[in-house]
Amino acid sequence: MVAPTAVPRGAATTMSEPLIEGIAGRNRRTMQQFLNVALNGLSQGAIYAAFALALVLIWRSTRIINFAQGSMGMFTTYIALALIESGRSYWVGFAVALLAGLLLGALVERLVIRRVEGGPELNAVIVTLGLFVALQALAAILFGATYRSFPAPFGLHGFDVGGVNIALTPFNLFAIGAVVVVMLALVALFRFTDVGLRMRASAFNQEVSRLLGVPVGRMLTLGWALAAMVGSLSGLLIAGGSLVFPAYMDAVIVYGFVAAVLGGLDSPVGAVVGGLVMGMTLSVVSGYLGSELVALAALAILVTVLLVRPRGLFSRTAVRQV
Amino acid sequence: MVSLVAGVRRRLPASTLGRNLLLVLAALVVVVLLLELTDPFRNSQLATMSYYAIAAAGLTVLTGLNGQISLGHGALMAVGAYAMGLLLNTGVVPFPLAMLAAAAVTAVVGVVVGAAAARLHGPYLAGATLALAIGVPGLAIHFDGVFGGEQGLQISSPRPPDWFADVIYFLFANEAGSAKYFAYIGWLTLLAVLLLLSNLVASRYGRVWRAIRDDEVAAELAGVPLGRLRVLAFVVSAACAGLAGAVLGIVVRLAAPSGFTIVLSLSLLTAVVVGGLGSLGGALLGSALLVFLPPAVTGLGMQAGLTGVQAAQLAPLAYGVVLVTVMLLAPGGAMGIARALWHARPRRRFAQQPANTHRMDEEPSTTDATEPGGRT
Amino acid sequence: MTETAALEVRDLTASYGPVTALDGVTIRAERGRITAVLGANGAGKTTLLRSVSGLVPTSSGQVLLGDRELTRASAETIARAGIAQVPEGRGVITELTVEENLRLGDLLGTARRRQRHRLEQVYALFPVLAERRRRDAHSLSGGERQMLVIGRALLCAPEVLLLDEPSLGLAPQIVAQIFGVLRELVDHDGMTVLLVEQNARSALSIADAGFVLNLGRVVAGDSAAVLAADDDLRHAYLGF
Repeated sequence: MVAPTAVPRGAATTMSEPLIEGIAGRNRRTMQQFLNVALNGLSQGAIYAAFALALVLIWRSTRIINFAQGSMGMFTTYIALALIESGRSYWVGFAVALLAGLLLGALVERLVIRRVEGGPELNAVIVTLGLFVALQALAAILFGATYRSFPAPFGLHGFDVGGVNIALTPFNLFAIGAVVVVMLALVALFRFTDVGLRMRASAFNQEVSRLLGVPVGRMLTLGWALAAMVGSLSGLLIAGGSLVFPAYMDAVIVYGFVAAVLGGLDSPVGAVVGGLVMGMTLSVVSGYLGSELVALAALAILVTVLLVRPRGLFSRTAVRQV
Repeated sequence: MVSLVAGVRRRLPASTLGRNLLLVLAALVVVVLLLELTDPFRNSQLATMSYYAIAAAGLTVLTGLNGQISLGHGALMAVGAYAMGLLLNTGVVPFPLAMLAAAAVTAVVGVVVGAAAARLHGPYLAGATLALAIGVPGLAIHFDGVFGGEQGLQISSPRPPDWFADVIYFLFANEAGSAKYFAYIGWLTLLAVLLLLSNLVASRYGRVWRAIRDDEVAAELAGVPLGRLRVLAFVVSAACAGLAGAVLGIVVRLAAPSGFTIVLSLSLLTAVVVGGLGSLGGALLGSALLVFLPPAVTGLGMQAGLTGVQAAQLAPLAYGVVLVTVMLLAPGGAMGIARALWHARPRRRFAQQPANTHRMDEEPSTTDATEPGGRT
Repeated sequence: MTETAALEVRDLTASYGPVTALDGVTIRAERGRITAVLGANGAGKTTLLRSVSGLVPTSSGQVLLGDRELTRASAETIARAGIAQVPEGRGVITELTVEENLRLGDLLGTARRRQRHRLEQVYALFPVLAERRRRDAHSLSGGERQMLVIGRALLCAPEVLLLDEPSLGLAPQIVAQIFGVLRELVDHDGMTVLLVEQNARSALSIADAGFVLNLGRVVAGDSAAVLAADDDLRHAYLGF
C-alpha cells in the first residue's frame, strides 16, 4: 500500500553509503542528500498540488470529497498505457488520457453524483468510495493486476550540477511545468472568462445562480469534468517513469486529501501550497525515516491540522465545522 | 404465518436482556446445526464469515447509530490480528485470554483514534480514517523485526483439544478438524458480541448515540457530553474490530500487511451498507455476502472466459457497484427494505407490539433508513 | 384592464409536503406599474415569488409572462425569459467581487435584448457600488448589498422585476433611496415591478396596485389607494 513513487530516487543509496569518510565528505554528502530530498519533494509536491486542487474544485461546487479521484486518474492512465503499448506515441496517450478524464468526470457527475448531491453527506462519501473500489477492480480486470512500467517522455537521469548528480530529472521538470501550465489555465478560466464566472457562481450559491439564468447543472458537470482531468494529469505524472498497478494512486488520495485540508479545502491557492508542503514533508520522512512511514506521516499531519487549525492555512470562511 | 410471528413476539420475555439472551440461545442451536451439517470447506467459509460479522457489527454501531464513518476498521483488525499473533506465539497465553487482550489493545488504539475522530464528521472523518487504513500497514513493514515485514507474522493457532473432538464425535458422529474448531471459536465469539451489542444498542447509550446522530445540536443542548460518547462508540467499535482481527489471526494463521488493505475496510463498509446501516442483523447479512458472493461471481467470471486473476477482481467490482447502487436506490439497505415491507402491513399489528420492545433490527426509524447519515 | 398584464399568475397552488403554501392564487402585475403583494409572515408571499421564478414546484395553475407560458419551466429558463428576482436575504454571492456579481447579471442580459441598463448606468444609479467594484461583496453593508442585487437584476434587462422584502433590516433613509430608484425605473423606463413586503405602509406608499395574501389565498386586490383606505383590511391583515 506504500506508493513506490514516494521513494526519492537516489536517496536510499545515499543513506547506505559507508560512513568511513572525512568530515568534509560527510558534510557534503549530507547536504547533497538534503538537496535531493528537497528536489524530490518539489516535484512530488507539484503533483500532489494538482491532485489537491482537483479535490478542492469539486468540494467547492458540490461539498463532496471525491474519494474516487485517484481511481479515476489511475483508470485513465491505464488507457494511456494501452495506447502507448499499442505503438502510439506518449503524447497521444497523454492527450487521450486527459480527454478520458474529462469525459469520465462528466459521466460520474451526471449519472451518479447528481443523485446524492445535497443529500446526507455520508451517502455521498459512500458513493465515491464505491466508485473508488469499483474502478480499481475494473482496471484490474481490463488491464491486469500486475506491476507494469509506464514510460516517460523525458529522461529519468538526474541533471549533473558541478559534477554532482542531483535528484532532479528532465521528467521532473516536465511534471512541474505541466502542473504550472494547468494551474495557470485554470486561473485564467475562472478569473477571465464568462463560463469561469458562471462556474464560480454555481459553486458558491446555486439558487442565486439559477435566478440569474446560469445553467447550474451543466456548470457542476463541467466542474467535475475539469477536476477529473486534473486528477488524470496527476495520475499520468505519478506514473511517468515508474510502475503502475491498480492501487498505485491509493496513497496519493490520502496525500492529496491532506494537502487540500491543509489549505482549507475551500481555497485553490491553499491546495497548491498544501500540496507543496506535503511533497516536501513526505519526502523528508521518506528520505530520513523510511518510505513505509510516509502514509502514517500524512495521517499525523492531517490530525494535527484538524485539531490545531481546523480552518486550514488558507480558508477564507471564518469557521469550518470539521 | 404473520399471526404466528406476532404470537411469538407477545410471548417473548419483556426485558431486552432476557429476550436477546433467548434469541442468542436459539441462534446457538442454529449455528451448531449449520456447522455440523456442512463440510470442512463450508466450515472454513463460515469461520471467515464470523470475523467479518464481528467487525461489521462493531462498524454498524459506529456508522449506523452514531453517524460516524470509518474506513480504518481494516487497520484496527490488523492491530487485533498482530496482537493475537504476538501473544499466541509466546506459547504461554491461552487463546481466549489472548483474544480478550487483542480486543483490549485495539480498544486502547480506538481511544486514541476515537479522540481525534470525535471532532470530525463526514468527509473529514472518512479522509482521516482512510489515511489510517493506508498508513498502518506501513508500521508492520517498518518494525519488521517484531511484525515480520511484508511476509507477515505466522501465527501458531490453537489445536482442537481432545475433548472437543470427543464431544463432536459423541453428539454428531462427525470428525472435528481445525476448520470446524476455528468456526466454533468464531461463531461463539460472534454470538457473544451480538448479545453485548444488542443490549448496548437498546440501552441508554444506544438512545443517546441515535440522538447525537439525528441532531447533534439538540443532543448537546440536552446536556449530552458529545465528545465522550463519540469516543465511547469508537472504542466499542474498535474493540469489536480487534476481536475480529484476533479471530482472523486464528483462522488464517497469518497476519500480513497485504491482508489489511483499504479493500478490507471498504468490504466491511459494503457489508454494513448492504445490510442496512445501524442494524446488527443487517451486518450479519452483509458479512454473509462478503463470504459467499466472491466464489459465486468468480465462478461466473471463469465461466464467462475470464482468467482466474481477472475473475478474482469481480468481487471488489461487485462491492463497489453494490455500494453505489444501494446508496442511489435503497439507502436503507436490505433491512431498510424489510422494514418498509413490515411497516406497510395493516396498522392493527402495531397495537399488538409491546411498546417497550427494542428489537435491534428495528432501531433506526424509517426516516433514518432513507438518510443514514442524518443531519450533521 | 383589457391590455395583457406583464405578469399574470392564475390559480397557482403549491405545497411543502402536507402544508399548502399557495391555494389558488391569482394576481396580475400591470406593465409599467409597481404591484405590491402584502400580508403577514407565512401568508405565502415569498412562496409566490419563488414559484413564479421556478424555485418551488407548483401543483396546478399557470404563470404567464405576457403571452408566454412559463408554468413549471426551470428557474434558468424563467430568468432567461425576462423575470429577474431579487431574493430575500439579499442574494449577494459574497465570495465574488462587486463587479463579478454585476457581470453575472450582464451575462444574462446582453445576449437577449437591447441593453436597457449598462454596467456604467448601474454605477451611476448606485455610485457606492462603483467605489467598491473590486472589493469582495462580502465586505458590503446591508444597504449596499441590496443596491448590488437590484443593480444586478437590472443588468438582466428583465421585463418584470420581482423583489422579496427589499426593505427588511434596512435604515429608513436607505429604504427611501431604494424605493426612489424603483419608482424612477418604473416611471422612466417602463419597468414592471412586483414587490413583496411585510411593511405594508411603506410598500403601499410607492405601489400603484396591491394584493393581500392570507394563509395562501388572495383576500383582496385593488389599487394601492383603495387598499390603504380600507380600514378593516388594514387592521385585519396589514397591521397598521
